[in-house]
Amino acid sequence: MNKKLSISCSKSNLLKIRQFVTDILASYHVQELEAHKIILAVDEVCANLIIHSNNCNPNHKIEVEIKHPSTSKFIFIIRDSGISFNYKAYHEPSIEDIISSKRKGGVGLMLVKRIMDEVEFSKDKNCNICRLTKKIGS
Amino acid sequence: MIEIKILEENDYQLIQVRGDVDASSSIELDNALKKASESAHKILVDLEGLQYISSAGLGVFISYLEDLKAKNIKMVLFGMQPKVLEVFQILGLQKLITIADNKDESLSLLNE
Repeated sequence: MNKKLSISCSKSNLLKIRQFVTDILASYHVQELEAHKIILAVDEVCANLIIHSNNCNPNHKIEVEIKHPSTSKFIFIIRDSGISFNYKAYHEPSIEDIISSKRKGGVGLMLVKRIMDEVEFSKDKNCNICRLTKKIGS
Repeated sequence: MIEIKILEENDYQLIQVRGDVDASSSIELDNALKKASESAHKILVDLEGLQYISSAGLGVFISYLEDLKAKNIKMVLFGMQPKVLEVFQILGLQKLITIADNKDESLSLLNE
């Protein structure tokens, strides 16, 4: 099974990305509730990169690669070539602050951090790399 | 794919949401909540047909909490599948948004 998906930076492609991750996790018999959260985390990162890093430019590509190095671990590597996200400068807002500001955004990365065991952002030449690690059963 | 219906029922508005609410479709949920919050004092949101919600959808609900409170509008969400409810629970939103198991329970909460 192909474990790499390369697709244009359009919000309408988020459904295809979710389907890709769903199919891979199902092939490894990951339990539905666990799979649902993992799919959500990958979707959140991809949505952020498509919208904020690539400005929904359909000429840009985003790539999702899934590795399964052991029975209890999945690694999701998401690559794009848009504006780099400065994860080190990210300060998580409180839910109360988001409510009072009436913002519609701001909770995506909070979900990712709570779902995944490790979240890393790096850069290799012109390629931005987000690496999400999830230990199953953790 | 998302499907949203707004129905007038007795003294409340019922918003039925089906399908996936993600970054590409959350605007439709936003439009429905905006419309309901402009004309109703009680809002029920039927999420039985909701298969998926991302932060974009959660963000829509969150963004209305202050206005609903200021306008004294009651909103109850009901019928979430466990996988959808868990997404709300990850952020503790079940403590900030009224969530019921079913329509009967949500009507009781709405009329408290």
